[in-house]
Amino acid sequence: MKKALALILMLVMVLSLAACGSSAAPAASSSSGTAAAAPETIKIGFVFPMSGTGAMAGRYSTHGADVLKEELGGVITVNGVDHPVEFIYADNEGSEEKTTNVYQKLIEEEGVIAIVGPDASKCALAAGPIAQNAGCPNVATFATNTAVTEVGNYIFRACFIDPFQGAVAAAYCEEQGYKTACIMFNNADAYSVGLKDAFIESFDGEVLGIEEYSGSDVKDYNVQLTKLAAQNPEVLLLPNLNVELGLQIQQARTAGLTCPIVCGDSADTPDVAKVAGAASDGVAYVSAFSAESTAPAAKAFVDAYVALYPDELPNSNAELTYEATKMVVWAIQNAATLDRDGVRDAIESIDGLELPSGSMTMVAETRNPSKGAVIMQYDAEGVTHYVATVNP
Amino acid sequence: MATILQYLVYGLQLGSVYALLALGYTMVYGIVGMINTAHGDFLMIGALGTFFIAKLFENFHVDGTYPMLIVGLIILIAMVITGGIAVGVEAIAYRPLRNKPRMIALITAVGVSMFLENFPRALPFIGPNPRPFPTLFINRTFRVLGASITSTQVIMIVLAALTMVALDRFVAKTKIGGQMRAVSMDKDAANLMGINVNKVISITFFIGGALAAVSGICYASAYPQVEVYMGSWLGNMSFVAAVLGGIGDIRGAMLGGFILGIAQIFATAINSTFGYAVGFIILIIILLVKPAGIMGKLTIEKV
Repeated sequence: MKKALALILMLVMVLSLAACGSSAAPAASSSSGTAAAAPETIKIGFVFPMSGTGAMAGRYSTHGADVLKEELGGVITVNGVDHPVEFIYADNEGSEEKTTNVYQKLIEEEGVIAIVGPDASKCALAAGPIAQNAGCPNVATFATNTAVTEVGNYIFRACFIDPFQGAVAAAYCEEQGYKTACIMFNNADAYSVGLKDAFIESFDGEVLGIEEYSGSDVKDYNVQLTKLAAQNPEVLLLPNLNVELGLQIQQARTAGLTCPIVCGDSADTPDVAKVAGAASDGVAYVSAFSAESTAPAAKAFVDAYVALYPDELPNSNAELTYEATKMVVWAIQNAATLDRDGVRDAIESIDGLELPSGSMTMVAETRNPSKGAVIMQYDAEGVTHYVATVNP
Repeated sequence: MATILQYLVYGLQLGSVYALLALGYTMVYGIVGMINTAHGDFLMIGALGTFFIAKLFENFHVDGTYPMLIVGLIILIAMVITGGIAVGVEAIAYRPLRNKPRMIALITAVGVSMFLENFPRALPFIGPNPRPFPTLFINRTFRVLGASITSTQVIMIVLAALTMVALDRFVAKTKIGGQMRAVSMDKDAANLMGINVNKVISITFFIGGALAAVSGICYASAYPQVEVYMGSWLGNMSFVAAVLGGIGDIRGAMLGGFILGIAQIFATAINSTFGYAVGFIILIIILLVKPAGIMGKLTIEKV
């Protein structure tokens, strides 16, 4: 037993040594190669899960970045000088440990000017301090946890954080001309409470009634919804979890609430329509992106994507990676100095950058974007359709 | 007035689920003298079973629902399967412990409950995700005196009431019912009188399981979503209902279920977070004032 263990350990050690040796060699040669070229090569690092359970998300992410690579044609022009640009894709396998390793490698060995990714909050939280300490700007794509950008002033994100959806929902309701709203929310869930608070804060109309319930054990919302129906609001906000929404929508219609219903992005699962049945017809929800979007920037992105990958449509991962990379590239082009600190300052100063999801402005204090979102709507068959792009 | 009527319908709807489930609790307690905490999970098995049985009958699916006859057949099969599983659980887990201290049976029941929740969860074709429940009953909404009542609610309440009356008659009039009452009074004496105690207990578990399946189907029709944990919370509430009515007493369980359902809805109407606490507040008050429950008779434990 012990002998076998010792043998395995030895094998592992030998193999890891071999792996170190092989990975170190090309890195050294590439650094000596670039030193000779006149305009410095700009390297951007990408960290995504390309294997493991998140591999599908990683695939879409790299495809999203490829679209921008194609757009750039291999060069970024800074102050009239064409710099060759290199995208370095690194696999984090969706694990925190591996993410910290690839961050080290990208920052120390490859000398990237900025990192795009990762998509999971837990990975961004684990590796964020490394980028922060090295002073390397980092734009996370899909990391929605508020703590991600609180790591330090070099960490940004491309997606909006959950409560921001409440502001989007409010802006949509105002655009639709709704003057009165009612809300039913889950008081035991941070997502739900965050959306509700953000909605109340930014909605110009009047909130007639707020009802609450606690926990997902609850399946009976009849009483709350009947009380809200008596208020006769113009719109009902249900900022709740996907397992609860189907039942709530169905019960809202039975309770006599005929007004439009608006939900958060949690409504973006087929189960909601399956549970709610015909009641889901016309239910609107906030989403980061839709391939059906009619905004010119979105159409251009989708067309470029389909031209490159004809067999698929871009999803949110692809779109957010494209946007994160676009932010980094814009920052490189507009940086006061072509180094990590210059790029960081430029990302922070982004104001009104046109992106597929709409116009984006970086909020300097929180390093979260204030950006457009799309409103999607279920039809009678439970299929979702793009309705509008909202810029709150 | 209309609002009060509306809340009353909601309360009856929820109460009928509690009452059907509480019946199983109370029968098992009355006859075996143990609290079967896994009873709520029989509801889940009934609902989840119905989901799969309805899938088997998919060929008969017309206009988003099934013909009445097929619905009856689906419910019957689900009842038999759930009843069979309940009998199996009793034979495997509870029977060997029947003469051991009650605490051991109680702990076993907790274990059985965890098993029944987590074993289907581990099965690849069931899994942890909630599933939409098929529409079995016709869904129409009526307006009665300003309150909106759905046909599903009516079917639920009628089905629950019919089942309860049938059970009450069954226990009072039939030979098996008489044997059940005899076993609940004194197991050993009943045995001496030639009653097959094991058989009676198996039948009790079968009826309890079948009733749980009916309540599961009712519940899942009103709230069309099934998942493996749906039974645990409902089990707790119906246990409260059974104790409220007087555990061991069949009519008490029905009464307790309806009282709890209606009280919960009206409490939610006053304050939405207060609703789920009210059941337990009522329980505490009842236990302080009348420890044996509303219909229960206080018995002295002979040591």
